[in-house]
Amino acid sequence: MKQEIKGGPLTRLIMNDVAGRRMMMIILAIAIIVPFCNLVFPEGSALHVSTYTMTLLGKYLCYALLAVSVDLIWGYCGILSLGHGAFFALGGYAMGMYLMRQIGDRGVYANPDLPDFMVFLNWTELPWYWFGFDQFWFAMVMVLAVPGILAFVFGALAFRSRVTGVYLSIITQALTYALMLAFFRNDMGFGGNNGLTDFKDILGFDLQADSTRAALFFASGIALILGYLISRFIVTSKLGRVLVAIRDSESRARFLGYRVEWYKLFVFVVSAMLAGVAGALYVPQVGIINPGEFAPINSIEMIIWVAVGGRGTLFGAVIGAILVNYAKTYFTGAFAELWLFMLGGLFVLTTLYLPKGVVGLWAQIKDKFFSSGGGGQSGNPATDNAEGKV
Amino acid sequence: MSLAKTKHIEQPTVLYMDGVSVSFDGFKALNSLSLFIEPGEMRAIIGPNGAGKTTMMDVITGKTRPDEGTILFNDELDLTRYDEAQVANMGVGRKFQKPSVIESLTVFENLEMSLKGGRSVWQALTHKLTGAKQDKIDEILSMIDLKDRLYEDAGSLSHGQKQWLEIGMLLGQEPELLLIDEPAAGMTDEETMKTAELFKELSKKHSLMVVEHDMDFIEALDCRVTVLHEGSVLAEGSLANVKNNQQVIEVYLGR
Repeated sequence: MKQEIKGGPLTRLIMNDVAGRRMMMIILAIAIIVPFCNLVFPEGSALHVSTYTMTLLGKYLCYALLAVSVDLIWGYCGILSLGHGAFFALGGYAMGMYLMRQIGDRGVYANPDLPDFMVFLNWTELPWYWFGFDQFWFAMVMVLAVPGILAFVFGALAFRSRVTGVYLSIITQALTYALMLAFFRNDMGFGGNNGLTDFKDILGFDLQADSTRAALFFASGIALILGYLISRFIVTSKLGRVLVAIRDSESRARFLGYRVEWYKLFVFVVSAMLAGVAGALYVPQVGIINPGEFAPINSIEMIIWVAVGGRGTLFGAVIGAILVNYAKTYFTGAFAELWLFMLGGLFVLTTLYLPKGVVGLWAQIKDKFFSSGGGGQSGNPATDNAEGKV
Repeated sequence: MSLAKTKHIEQPTVLYMDGVSVSFDGFKALNSLSLFIEPGEMRAIIGPNGAGKTTMMDVITGKTRPDEGTILFNDELDLTRYDEAQVANMGVGRKFQKPSVIESLTVFENLEMSLKGGRSVWQALTHKLTGAKQDKIDEILSMIDLKDRLYEDAGSLSHGQKQWLEIGMLLGQEPELLLIDEPAAGMTDEETMKTAELFKELSKKHSLMVVEHDMDFIEALDCRVTVLHEGSVLAEGSLANVKNNQQVIEVYLGR
């Protein structure tokens, strides 16, 4: 019985995580098969996956990574951020700025340095904060650094002042709303309400080409897997157990001698960076980033994905993000004006009847009908690192 | 009581409180409280509700800043200048009145987390369970009698067992001074007596301050008793002594 607790980092990460391992295998398979079917089989073939479908699925993968980042802080540390869309959008903007600079003199105004919207505003020089974004590596650093630094500063202020619970949720909401208003302003230099769009290529590859789309799709799948593994590594370490302690009884953690604010800050920054990466992969696939991504409703939707999937399991967040977004794609097509009501209803139903989400429901079904089987995921956030203990 | 107030006392103390006052919105929760505990001493604190027992623990452990007064740990560390985590790491363990174990972690994980050292984020991320730590956990487990519940969620334990687990977590911290708030609350008589035995055992290695209402429990502890009333010390001495104190009977026992 003891070996389940012992074991090196690798065992902890992979061997004890049956459900997560299966899920990551599926994601990996999708990340390989979908681009393969898109590129190899001709249009009209039964095995062909259209570029539209691939882009849509790629979007879901980005959302899934975003959901993992939300679950990391909400599910394990009890930080209910209602502003996580801000980090996603900032990562997206960092990527968008690189893509804008890639356009070069192919814009409408053919200015080699200034993006079209700046020429349109009669600007003559590139603002200082746009420097460096012509370099891919620099943009990638910023994809991590901008959300990370914002999360660090915001978190340091909030957590050190011991702002918790609903108050924290409200100020995170205010944060994303303030950023939305700021980014809507033309003189911020981020394209105002049109945002950044009309991208041409990434690293010299045409963004409209199927092969580029396929590569982006594959990258999203890999990013999701890596993001999952990083999160998994954190929550299965002793640090993860301290996070659960903070979630369940913050004062107990303090009186045990843990500096709660540093733990929260660490996981909040990691989570913001993961969200930033998700945003950076999302933007080239959908071809646009605008201030609407900062809208508070987006951040609330993310919470619903995680709640529906099953809070505090990480892989539940992936399931939730994909399920809810698939439903959104379907229903906004079929009954557009009903979608928001359905989303709200979904949240209410989940909270009332499925507190552990789809993952918890599955665990219940398994317990009921296959209880002799043993093992499997429990759907309990804190015990999922001790798989098979029954 | 004039003893503690005469500036510094000669003998070494593990905890020294002098003239500590705290008020909340004009209400004096602690009113020039002075109290000291010698190394290795076990002390019981009694007093009616609102006497300031919990506030006293709050000021010692860095949760509340006193308005005035001195609180020294081991005669040198001024506890009023540190926060909860720092005070805990200096060697002051605290048990709450309501058992506050981490319910969704196993008994083992609760204890593992309490073990001394490795409090930084990085150390927690790279933490490995060594043989020495395993031994320490085993040692604590046999003291608190939870060996066979090792891998169960702490939330599934009985009330008394949660109390013990929390005491076990205190031991994991290897504190010099343990502050324990109503450990016997909600325990059966048998559990209460077992807990008293445990504390007597602990007092061989640690200094203890136990807040309690249960007179049988205090009798079993067989230690010096301090009576708090309206934020300051009303009486101090052996239990028999205190029980016969006319003032104590009026404000506390007589009711």
